[in-house]
Amino acid sequence: MSHAPNFQLTRNAFGRLVFRDQWGAMQEGVVPIRGFPITNPNRGIALVDCHGHELIWIDCLADLPSDYRMLIEDELLSREFMPEIKRLYNVSSFTTPSTWKVVTDRGEVSFILKGEEDVRRLTSSSFMITDSHGIHFLIRDHLSLDRNSRKLLDHFL
Amino acid sequence: MQQFHHSSINHLSQTWREAIASQLTDGENVMAWIETDLDLQLHFAKGIVVVTNQRLLAKMYVSDIWQTWSYRQGLLLTQRDYAGIGCLELFDTHSRLAHWRYRLGSDSAVNRLIESFTQQRDSYCTASELPRIADAFIQCPACGAVLGMGQIDCPVCEKQNNVQPSTWTLLRLWRFAKPYQGRLLIGFLLTLCSTAATLVPPYLTMPLMDNVLIPYQNGHPINNELVAFYLSGLLGASVLAWMLGWARTYMLALVSERIGADLRTTTYEHLLNLSQEYFGGKRTGDLMARIGAETDRINLFLSLHLLDFATDVIMIAMTAVILISINPWLALVTLVPLPIIAWLIHLVRDRLRIGFEKVDRIWAEVNNVLADTIPGIRVIKAFAQEKREAARFRAANQRNLQINDRVNRIWSLFTPTVTLLTEVGLLVVWIFGIWQISNDEITVGVLTAFLAYIGRFYIRLDSMSRIVSITQKAAAGTKRIFDILDHVSSVPESPNPVHLNTVQGQIELRNVSFRYGTRSIAQDINLVITPGEMIGLVGHSGSGKSTLVNLICRFYDVTEGKILIDGHDIRSLPVTEYRKHIGLVLQEPFLFYGTIAENIAYGKPDATHDEIVSAARAAHAHEFILRLPHGYDSLVGERGQALSGGERQRISIARALLINPRILILDEATSSVDTTTEKDIQKALDNLVRGRTTIAIAHRLSTLQEANRLVVLDRGKVVEIGNHSELMSREGYYYRLYQAQARNVDVEDSGYAPFIEHSAAGEIK
Ligand SMILES: Nc1ncnc2c1ncn2[C@@H]1O[C@H](COP(=O)(O)OP(=O)(O)OP(=O)(O)O)[C@@H](O)[C@H]1O
Ligand SMILES: [Mg+2]
Repeated sequence: MSHAPNFQLTRNAFGRLVFRDQWGAMQEGVVPIRGFPITNPNRGIALVDCHGHELIWIDCLADLPSDYRMLIEDELLSREFMPEIKRLYNVSSFTTPSTWKVVTDRGEVSFILKGEEDVRRLTSSSFMITDSHGIHFLIRDHLSLDRNSRKLLDHFL
Repeated sequence: MQQFHHSSINHLSQTWREAIASQLTDGENVMAWIETDLDLQLHFAKGIVVVTNQRLLAKMYVSDIWQTWSYRQGLLLTQRDYAGIGCLELFDTHSRLAHWRYRLGSDSAVNRLIESFTQQRDSYCTASELPRIADAFIQCPACGAVLGMGQIDCPVCEKQNNVQPSTWTLLRLWRFAKPYQGRLLIGFLLTLCSTAATLVPPYLTMPLMDNVLIPYQNGHPINNELVAFYLSGLLGASVLAWMLGWARTYMLALVSERIGADLRTTTYEHLLNLSQEYFGGKRTGDLMARIGAETDRINLFLSLHLLDFATDVIMIAMTAVILISINPWLALVTLVPLPIIAWLIHLVRDRLRIGFEKVDRIWAEVNNVLADTIPGIRVIKAFAQEKREAARFRAANQRNLQINDRVNRIWSLFTPTVTLLTEVGLLVVWIFGIWQISNDEITVGVLTAFLAYIGRFYIRLDSMSRIVSITQKAAAGTKRIFDILDHVSSVPESPNPVHLNTVQGQIELRNVSFRYGTRSIAQDINLVITPGEMIGLVGHSGSGKSTLVNLICRFYDVTEGKILIDGHDIRSLPVTEYRKHIGLVLQEPFLFYGTIAENIAYGKPDATHDEIVSAARAAHAHEFILRLPHGYDSLVGERGQALSGGERQRISIARALLINPRILILDEATSSVDTTTEKDIQKALDNLVRGRTTIAIAHRLSTLQEANRLVVLDRGKVVEIGNHSELMSREGYYYRLYQAQARNVDVEDSGYAPFIEHSAAGEIK
């Protein structure tokens, strides 16, 4: 899409996104939120104000001018935290609570799994694992993990 | 290292300690610190933020550069979090100077850091005396959780260490067996005797062979007396074994049944005492499977298989002793398959247990599908999704099959292998025995006796190997039961509770904050409700009204701050005793299976009929109850008389009124009744509410006009307090809410939007 969006987006010195709508009303501390972070992360992003009200719905990021896109992507990057597990090194035990040492797309980390029910099946191949602090780890496709990781994971399914 | 007079620093790793020490100048002391575990791109990376009495220091583990900011006016350190990730930000008056990210585990450490920072900055800028932080906090070195005063072991890590692996979980059942110690001992002795008795007959085959049959073959006549003696010995031993066997089976079955029953009721009782949080995270079908099916399996294991197993072990040990006493060499050959079988057992045991655990889990899944769909049957039918639900059930069953198939593959190979080994063992004994007889080392009688013994011996081994799977199944089940039993309620009973016999009804919320997991729901709520006051809670959907009620009822414990009743922290009162003072009408009324009278009297089972009727009258339920075919004795709840939403609500109001509580909480108590009925209930309530502390939640604001004060909530914060007319004249949040309702606009969407944007928010789409 070539025509300019009917809003303005900037980042202020305090590191907050500032939104200005077509009538000139300003909103500070705007945040982008993905509608379908797991099943379709690249489409459907809402900009909401600091009270959680939707300001605008962006169907597709690619439609935006690149500077806005960068701003939004940056902000998403610093807000979203769902490390994707790429490999399981080791789990301390097959009974819970158990400490998992994993490699994610955000580096290596270990976390505590409190109970079996914290491993949740999302689709037939993807899983969401919630650690003891409520952080979600994603396994996008368990078939693409290596053999050992699959075996370890299998104990909890 | 006297610069670190803060005790928490001792828990800091050596590298960090050295790194910090190298940075400190003379007279500089470390006051607080946190270790961060994320970088700005939210990749896992270690870093540290340190507050000293002169400045703020920060460093990432991988970089060599320390960033420092000396204290000055206007420097501000704040914290916010979203979805489990915290952000610590340093501002001056013009811009953000720096920020750090971390996982929320160290939440309270961060608050300490900010507190310490603010304190140090103020004292540094005003050059006043350095305050000492009074109570030092200690962070667990392993997981970062903050420990309480004098607490040495981290509760999070401790839980982690308590993990009990494998079959040994079964030993934990001892806790339930202990009360039956005596009977168990008798049972064991009986087992010992009966096993010994069964071992007599094969022993007698030896003299029978050597002293009777072989001499006869060699031309001697049969000694009838001797035959009669041996044979009566045989019969006697069998009869004795039968009697003893019966006694011990009965005795032990009796005991194990009781252990099973105890296990089940204890688990259920424990489950009932767990907090709502626990139930929120579990699925009904799973819990039902655990308490129902798995206790039964453990029970079966104890009553049948464990008994058999004990008998087998005793039998094998005794047989081995007898065999060795008769002929050590032959005995040695006989025992050869034992270690091989032991090795085999070891090989498959883990696989089997994991397999069986999976089978259990998938079985719970099957149960879950049922527990989901049967109560939701109306929705399923309304949306014509029967086929899909059937498919879901089939899929769960399919997975069940798959996993069972996998387990059975290992299992089916195992048993025949053991049988094969025993057959081979028998062959070896024949060969070795014949060889020894030919060398005149043993008599034919000895070989016969051996063969008679090992026939039993090997059969036993075979059945013993079977117990592997059963034990593993029981161990898996036990683990799942103890998962429940080990769970500590997140609303713990106070160790030295305060007993309040009467309650005035003063409720005070002091700096209350609360989060469900990582979602912050209530922030810094302060509210004092005087005895007898009626408070109306308003705010749009999802603003945290029911959550506040949950906190006051102590279904959940506050994350920060405290709730006081008559000046006592509710955490110091016994939970059930405290809740007796509260009459609660929930947003979703629930009726148990039983009569209407029973349902109304649920909180006070010994209520008289008069009390029940007057409570029903007050709740305006009396007349509709009389219209039911059996009046107060009509069955309601599952499979009972269907009631309308408003009728159910009125019954639950009556239920709350009957216990005559000092505190009455009405969460949307009249949302499903028509306005006239509501007015009637309202009138009745007005009388009842008098003198009681009442918290009423309603979307229809007209319902709350009687309230002494209205508390307006928005996104977990109190935004306005005052009575109807005050709030109306203030023309703030409540005013808009009221106006919107008067204009018949949907309240939920109009929410809170600053005035200027009204047009904008509405039109952009
Ligand atoms: N068990 C829970 N776990 C996680 N979040 C929850 C839980 N219960 C409620 N919430 C969230 O807490 C927020 C407040 O919920 P609450 O039930 O208190 O709202 P409410 O004000 O009673 O709304 P309503 O008027 O619709 O009943 C909501 O955003 C909801 O999604
Ligand atoms: Mg509610």
